[in-house]
Amino acid sequence: MNATARLWKLMLPFRWWIALAVLLSFGTLGAGVGLMAMSAYLISKAALAPQFADIAVIVTAVRFFAIARAALRYAERYVSHLATFRILTRLRVWFYVTIEPLAPARLQQLHSGDLFTRISADIETLENFYVRVVVPPLAAALVAALASVILGAFDVRFAFALILFLILTGIVLPLLTQRLSRTPTEHLIRTRAELNAVLTDEIQGIADVIAFGQAENFRARTRRLNDELDRAQLQLANARGMANALAVLFAALAGLTILLLAIPLVSDGQIDGVFLALLPLTAIASFEAVQPLGAAFQHREASRAAAERLFELIDAPPLVQEPAQFIEMPHNYSIEFRGVSFRYAPDEELVLDDVSFKIREGERIAIVGASGAGKSTLVNLLVRFWDAQAGQVCVGGNDVRAYRTEDLRKHIGVASQHPYLFNGTLRDNLLLAKGDATDQALDAACHVAQLGELLASLPLGYDTLVGENGLKLSGGERQRIAIARLLLKNAPFVILDEATANLDALTEQKLLNSLESFLRGRTVLIISHRRAGIQNAGRVLTLERGQIKVSAEQRVSDMRSAISVA
Amino acid sequence: MSIERRLLAENLRARKLLYGAVALSFLATALWLAFAWLFSAVVNRVFILHQTLDQVAVLCALIFGLIVVRFALMWGSDVIAQHSANALKRNLRERLDAKLFALGPLYTRGERTGELVRTATAGIEALDEYISQFQPARILAVIVPALVLFVILFLDIWTLPILLFTGPILVLLLALIGKRTQDLTARRFLEMSWMSAHFMDMLQGLATLKLFGRSKEQAQTIETISEQYGNTTMDILRTAFQTSLVLEWGATAATALVAIAVSARLMTGLMPFETALTVLLLTPEFFLPLRQLAIKYHAGTAGKDAAARVYTILDVPLTATLAPQTNVTRALLPTRLDIFFDDVQVAFDNGERIALDGFTLKLADKQTVALVGKTGAGKTTVANLLLRFVEPTRGKIIVGGIPLHEIDADTWRAQIAYVSQQPHLFAGTVAENLALAKPDPTRAEMIEAARAAHIHDFIAGLPHGYDTPLGERGARLSGGQRQRLALARAFLKNAPLLILDEVTSHLDAANEEQIRAALAQLLPNRTTLIIAHRLALAQDADVVAVMENGRVIEKGSPRALLEADSKYGAFVAAYQGGAR
Repeated sequence: MNATARLWKLMLPFRWWIALAVLLSFGTLGAGVGLMAMSAYLISKAALAPQFADIAVIVTAVRFFAIARAALRYAERYVSHLATFRILTRLRVWFYVTIEPLAPARLQQLHSGDLFTRISADIETLENFYVRVVVPPLAAALVAALASVILGAFDVRFAFALILFLILTGIVLPLLTQRLSRTPTEHLIRTRAELNAVLTDEIQGIADVIAFGQAENFRARTRRLNDELDRAQLQLANARGMANALAVLFAALAGLTILLLAIPLVSDGQIDGVFLALLPLTAIASFEAVQPLGAAFQHREASRAAAERLFELIDAPPLVQEPAQFIEMPHNYSIEFRGVSFRYAPDEELVLDDVSFKIREGERIAIVGASGAGKSTLVNLLVRFWDAQAGQVCVGGNDVRAYRTEDLRKHIGVASQHPYLFNGTLRDNLLLAKGDATDQALDAACHVAQLGELLASLPLGYDTLVGENGLKLSGGERQRIAIARLLLKNAPFVILDEATANLDALTEQKLLNSLESFLRGRTVLIISHRRAGIQNAGRVLTLERGQIKVSAEQRVSDMRSAISVA
Repeated sequence: MSIERRLLAENLRARKLLYGAVALSFLATALWLAFAWLFSAVVNRVFILHQTLDQVAVLCALIFGLIVVRFALMWGSDVIAQHSANALKRNLRERLDAKLFALGPLYTRGERTGELVRTATAGIEALDEYISQFQPARILAVIVPALVLFVILFLDIWTLPILLFTGPILVLLLALIGKRTQDLTARRFLEMSWMSAHFMDMLQGLATLKLFGRSKEQAQTIETISEQYGNTTMDILRTAFQTSLVLEWGATAATALVAIAVSARLMTGLMPFETALTVLLLTPEFFLPLRQLAIKYHAGTAGKDAAARVYTILDVPLTATLAPQTNVTRALLPTRLDIFFDDVQVAFDNGERIALDGFTLKLADKQTVALVGKTGAGKTTVANLLLRFVEPTRGKIIVGGIPLHEIDADTWRAQIAYVSQQPHLFAGTVAENLALAKPDPTRAEMIEAARAAHIHDFIAGLPHGYDTPLGERGARLSGGQRQRLALARAFLKNAPLLILDEVTSHLDAANEEQIRAALAQLLPNRTTLIIAHRLALAQDADVVAVMENGRVIEKGSPRALLEADSKYGAFVAAYQGGAR
């Protein structure tokens, strides 16, 4: 199914809104035609110096069309925009709901600056699909039919002439413009996305850009993209300007043609001269209906491109499937990896290569290894962000794929090296872990997570805004918030994935000490490249290039000498 | 000066082009008025005077000519208007980009990057329609009605009152409604950027949401926020619709009134038919430019708001903490990198937040100094001072006898190799990221630097080696790999001053050791500032300075400090796992 058809399907629930808007739009345009025709007729009739009674009806018609036009215009705009916002909301929710099962695997494959443009700009483009693309042609067709019938009643050639010029303006011209603007439009969209990505990169990395003296290079790059943008816009303005001017030209030509056709008929007495002004002016007035069609075609193109990009984004099978028949999580809190092999993409190397180990319920083990050895991948498999290609990851004695992902994740608390904080308050970020936590519960968690001092220093306390991605806080503070979340979540499985890597040594030690009583009795997996925090682990495994190297159990005391101490 | 004036004063070329476009449009309208008159003349001759087609052929040919010339004028006007918009946008973009660099990381970090990017892209683009369409419409809305009135003055003075009454009332109503629209549009723009930031936040944090089982319910949040946004916009649009209602009503009512009034006079024979028809055809032209302005009104307010956002950034003063303190900059560099921080204070937010206070420290040429201390002690601010991302609010920094602020910032930065706490890896290949440090490095140089940073083996193992593209922020690299790549970048730069901000915090012990060994070769030849809360690197420093509350509280060689009962000793003890 192509993008336009899918878009239509997405809009299907709004068909009655569309019908109503088309009718109102037709009414507005029709009243405009009626006003012009009746006014011209009124003047012509008056020129023949009749009695007032002869023109009373025409005067009423003129008044009626004048009032109807304004009232219908208001109604039409109101209805169509209201529908647009409903559609917009539906589009956003639809997109989120569709992408949600694909995350995070699918989103990590894409450049997020680009993703941002795509989603927010594309959805806003589609917002206009209905008001600017769907309604105008339908309303135009109705107006064209009406005007042709009126003119055709006098002479069928008038109707043909009108239809010819209406088709030229409403269909041929937009198609021509579309042809002329297709390449620049594509160029424009691509350049905009690229510019957005470059600027995101530049602004996020500005410290490194300046420190390396690369500001000039980056500016040159944006300048080049901007020049391309300008060029594309100029080509578009050229096509647009021509189309607008041609549309006006055709309307005037239609009027002139009908005038030229009508003059001999009036001279011959086949048509009463009183209609001579009315005929060309009715024709010209009806062009108001086809003038927005050029824009409609352009918006259709833009909508198609935007829709295609959005569909492309979501048209991927989820890497992780929910089980058709799931089992409940048992009260058995063990973890086992059985011969697990994994790679992120078919053309990439194995990140995990036949990894097997077991953590008994209530046991605490540490996995150490160089960065890039695949430690964090263990976590991704455990919480089912990805699925292993070979082997089994078992939790509570069953394959993780047997549980609903929601249940599984509810039982696992993870504090990672780069926790994500949402751009809201500290409280919002903590409540994420436990929506109904009281302030006392938050206090307790923050106390253990060594956030007491930070909180005391913040005038707004829990209501402090943390900034985009929590960047108003330091890396260490973000990590401690992640620990507080972990405490609040209170899950039987705990994973500390380099969870204290950004803390200074003193704070780290204090944190680990205060965390001790929470960890006791839970099944704990500690991932680390350093000694701190693993001294209380029952066993230490070493992961090297995706393989467990020291699979034999090794007491921590042995490790003390193995890992060099600073 | 209003934003509008300021925008127009911005660029002479843009202004000239704009007026050119307006002139062509105005001419096109004048031709249309001529068309109305000729058309009425033809109808009059045939209908009233019973002339034949042959007798009006010349007039019809004239009409045809008018139509064609008008077509060319309209087309030209549009293209020229776009040229004008492009000229203005180019100018603003350049200045915005330059300003962002001048403000540096301390400014961009605080703002939401999403909003900044939006201002730099969509914000500037909003000026496109503002210049190419709204501005011409605004001027035409004044001069075209004036022209129509002028013509009608000669044709039929009795129609003048109708237009003169409806016209100003319309303008008055528009002004009243327009003011409200303006306020609401500002709100809409804010909400829009806030909303897209929120949407992006949800998408970026999806993994976290899933871990907490909260991802599904966010659909509801998005719906609520989207509806809120829809409601705000409907509020604005309702006002806009009132505008169009008024305009539509004004134009149609005037047309109806004119038609009825001239008919009355036609019937009593006070007016010739030809004039009556011309006046009827001219009446909509009086209102048309006002209606067109109303259509563009949204582009106008959106453009003005976007311009306000752009100017907010352009007008951020380069305050004491950001700007070089004097204009006397020399290209001259000190021969020795003895760096002396003399009682330096750095305060942010107008003195509300003091990052450094009474900070005094000496780095001798080719010496390695390690700053240790708790998070928030001010260590990173010291690095920012050296990088000239921030300037002291009090005190000074002397390098080799020259005040640092007198040295040209870019020349100075060329002397520094810097690895930040969270080094940014750019979209591009590994090689492109390395090349940031040095223009056109050879592959051999890159490999050497990568080897020194212990990242070569990893890079060589990537599918395309050094030409493997990295995702945004090196999505597929672990923290340690990212940092080692940044370290390689710094090694490649091979600068005399090295600043390492927490470089080994993401490295495992073995790697940290290797980096330490690599640094051991590099350090003796250059002046180095190491910021460390992991202490392995501090041991190799010549001097360790312990910081607290923005100042140095302890200083000495690591060995001497360890022997004394020092804070440093406490740090080391904690680092070694409380095993002391």
